Amino acid sequence: MLKKKEYALVGETAFTAETRSGLRVTVVPKPGFRKSMAFLAVNYGGADREFTLSGERFSTPAGTAHFVEHRLFEVEGQANALTTLSQRGANANAFTSPDMTAYHFECTDSFFENLRLLLQFVSTPYFTDEGMDRERAIIAQEIRMMEDDPEDAVYYALLRCLYAAPALREGVAGTEESIAAITAQTLRSAHRAFYTPRNMALVVVGDQDPRRVLETAEELMPETFAPLPVRVPEKPEGPLPLKMSGQRAMDVGAPLFLAGAKTKSGLLGRESVKFELTATLALSTLLGTASPLYRELYDAGAINETFGYDFENTAGYSQLSFGGETQKPEYVCMRVLETAADLAARGIDPAFFARRKKTALGSALRSAGSFENICYNVAAGGFSGYDYFDTVEVLNAVTAEDVRAFLAEYMTVDRCAISIIRKKG
Amino acid sequence: MKGVFEIPLTRGVRLTAVWDDRFKTGCLSATLLAPHTKKTASLNAVLPYVLRRGTARCPDSESLAAAMDELYGARIEPAIRKRGEVAALGFCADFPDAAFLPGRPDILSGTACLLGELLLTPATRGGRLRGDYVRSERQNLIDDINAEINDKRSYASLRLVEAMFRGESYGVSKLGTLADAANISPYALTKYYKELIATAPLELFYCGAEEPERVARVLREALASLPRTGTFAMPTTQVRAGFGDVKEKIIRETMDVTQGRLEMGFRLDRDGQEEPRYAALAVFNALFGGSATSRLFLNVRERLALCYYAGSTVDRNKGALFVSAGIDPDKFEEAHSEILAQLASLANGFIEPWELEAAKRGVISSLLACLDEPMGLEGLYLDRAILGSRPGPEEFAALCQLVTAEDVAAIASEAKLTHTYFLTAEADADA
Repeated sequence: MLKKKEYALVGETAFTAETRSGLRVTVVPKPGFRKSMAFLAVNYGGADREFTLSGERFSTPAGTAHFVEHRLFEVEGQANALTTLSQRGANANAFTSPDMTAYHFECTDSFFENLRLLLQFVSTPYFTDEGMDRERAIIAQEIRMMEDDPEDAVYYALLRCLYAAPALREGVAGTEESIAAITAQTLRSAHRAFYTPRNMALVVVGDQDPRRVLETAEELMPETFAPLPVRVPEKPEGPLPLKMSGQRAMDVGAPLFLAGAKTKSGLLGRESVKFELTATLALSTLLGTASPLYRELYDAGAINETFGYDFENTAGYSQLSFGGETQKPEYVCMRVLETAADLAARGIDPAFFARRKKTALGSALRSAGSFENICYNVAAGGFSGYDYFDTVEVLNAVTAEDVRAFLAEYMTVDRCAISIIRKKG
Repeated sequence: MKGVFEIPLTRGVRLTAVWDDRFKTGCLSATLLAPHTKKTASLNAVLPYVLRRGTARCPDSESLAAAMDELYGARIEPAIRKRGEVAALGFCADFPDAAFLPGRPDILSGTACLLGELLLTPATRGGRLRGDYVRSERQNLIDDINAEINDKRSYASLRLVEAMFRGESYGVSKLGTLADAANISPYALTKYYKELIATAPLELFYCGAEEPERVARVLREALASLPRTGTFAMPTTQVRAGFGDVKEKIIRETMDVTQGRLEMGFRLDRDGQEEPRYAALAVFNALFGGSATSRLFLNVRERLALCYYAGSTVDRNKGALFVSAGIDPDKFEEAHSEILAQLASLANGFIEPWELEAAKRGVISSLLACLDEPMGLEGLYLDRAILGSRPGPEEFAALCQLVTAEDVAAIASEAKLTHTYFLTAEADADA
C-alpha cells in the first residue's frame, strides 16, 4: 500500500511503501521534468567487514563491499548491465561509502526498462572466478589514483589519527594487498548476507507513476525472507584521538591540512539529523565565510578559498573536520580552537545566529532541489530511521545554545587532531 | 519550462531568461567575454576574485556575507571559464526561490542588486581597486597556479595542452603563468577592469520562476551605471587547419606518483563551431571515449584492464581531441597502442550499428537532462552566446540523430596525434 505524504515546507510529496519481501520503496514525483533518477541502496558499506549470518561468523578483507559493487554489473549470458544501461542512453553508476552501497541511473526515456534491469542485476549476483584478476587490476588503478591525490591523503591521514578501528581508518576500496585476498566466494557470501530486500531501499525521483514503480519492485525483487546479517561491533572508540598529528610529504604546490575531532557515535533517527544540523551550523558560525575568524585569516593570507569544513556521520561514527591549503597549518588550527573556546565561553551573538540560520534554510532547500541529494538522503534516512524531508522542521528547532554547547564539547585542543601534507623537497 | 527569452538590455548586454517554475533555486549569472591571451589570462583570472572581496556598500567579506545571509544564503561566486580562446569571466549566483521562504522575500532583486554592485562599484581607494585586495588575490592566484600540480590528472592535461599549442593563446592555462600573475599591480588591474567593463560583451543569464520582463527590469536597474563604449565585438578562437603528416612528440615527466597519467592530443582539420559538424563531433566522442559504451571504456578498461579511467573529450572551439587515462607506469606502450588501434578501427569504418546508436542516445539523453538543471542551462546558453545564434537543444538532438557511421569515421581519420604526455613514477624514469 502506497502512503502519500506532503511536505509543505519544502514543497515536495513522497509516496512510500514496502514490498512483500521488505524492500522500502520511495517515489518523489517531479512533474514536468524529463529526467528521472532511480537509486537502489544497500545498507552495507566498506566499514562492514566482520559480521555473522545465522550464527556463522564472516571476516572479509578490506575492500570487499567495493569489489562487490564493481562485479555486480556482470549479468549471466548477457552484456554487462552498465553497458546495457549506457546503450539505452542512461547515465548509470554506483558507489560504495563506509556504510552504503548504491547503484543508480538517470535517464530521459525507457525508465521502466532501465528500472527492471537495475532491480534484476543488483539482486542476481553472477560472480565467476574468471574476471576476478581483471577487476583487481582495475580497482588497483582506482586505489593508486586516490593514493596520488593529496586531498584523499590528508583525509585518510586524519582518520588514522582519530580512529583505532581498522574499518574506520582505511578507505572503502581497500589496499592492493587486501583485495588480493578477495575471491568470488567472498563476494557471494557478502552479497547473500547484505543484499536482501529488507536491508535495501529503492528511491525514484522523477515524473513517474508511483504505483507502477512499486509493482515493478514487487515483481522483480526476490521473495526471500533470509535472516539479516549482524555486524560484529568494533571495539568502542574513546572520545579522544588515537594520536594528535600525522604528516607526510608529497608533490604538492602548497602544504595542506585537515584537522578534526570525533563527535557523537551511535546516532540514529531524527536525533542524528538534529546533531548534524547543529554541527554544521556550529562550524559555519565559527569558521564559515561569513565569520569574523574567516575574514581575519583570509585577510592575513593564512587561508585561501580552499579553506572549508565538513561534518560526517557514517557507519555509526561521526566527526567534524576543517582545513585547506595554507603555509601555516598549526597556526590556523590554533586560531580556530582559540576562537571556538572564546565563543563557547561568551555565547553566540543572536543576530549573527539568526542570519546563519537563514543561510542554513537556503542551503537545505538547495539540497532538496537536487535529484541525487534526495535519493541519497531518503535512502540513508530509511536505514537510520528519519525522514529527510523533515530537515527544515528539525533545523528550525536548533538553538544558539545547541551550537554553543557543540563548540564547547568538541572544538577543543584535546579532541582535535591535525593531519598535514607538506611540500616535498 | 515556460519559454526562453533573449532580451537585449543595452549596448553589448544581452539577457537570456529561462522562465521555469520547476526549480527550488533560481540562478543568475553575469559574464564578460574577453580574448584569452597570454597577456590577459592572469588579469582575467584574478579580476572576479578581487571584485568579490568587497563593494562600496559592503567593503569586506564579513559585510558581504551578512548581505548574502539576508538573502537566505544566496551564493555569488567568481567564475572564470575558458572556451577555446575566449575567456568568460564574471559571477554565477544561485538563491532559494521565494515561494519556499517565510514572507516571500524578494530574493531576485536583492541578488541582482548585489551582483550589480560587485561588477560596477567595487571597493576602491583613491580611485583604484584596493591595493590590499589586489595583492592578496594576486598571491592566491600564484598559489592556485602552484597548486595545479596537486591534481595529477588535470596537471598532466595542462602540460599536454601547453606543449601542443605552444605559441597559441589556447596553450596558456586559464590562470595564466606565474610570471604574469606576479606582475599584476593595482594600477594595471584597475586599468584593465575599467576597459573591460566598458567594452566587453556582457552576457546575463537567469533561470527561475520570475517573469522575464520583470527580470529584465530588475537587471536594468542593477546595471544602470554600466559604462558602454566601443563595438562589443565577440572575441573568437583562431583555428589552425591542415595538419598533414606530423610526427608525434612524446614528453615524459617523473614525479612521486604511483599511477602514470597518460594524455594524448590530436588536432582535427576543422573546429566544430558550426552545426551539424558539432553534432558529429559529439557523437564521435561518445563513441570513441566519452561514455560507458565507448571504445576506450570497453577496451582499455574493461577488456585489457589497463586503467580505472580512460576517456576522451573534444574541444569544438579549437578543433582538438584529447585522450586521458590513468595507467600502471609499466603499461605505457600497451595503452598508447590500444588507444591508437581503436581510433584507427573507427577511421577504417569498423563501426557497429549498436555502438553508433548508443552514442547518439547518450549524447541526446545527457543534453535533455541538462535542460532539467539551472546551471546546466547556464553553461549551454553561454556556449551559444559565444558562438553566435545556434539551434536550440531540441534541434541539436535532431541533428545528432542524422549523424552517420561515415561522419564518425571521417572525424577519426582526420585526427592527427601531435603530442603525448606521460606523467610517471620516479623509479620508472630510466625504464
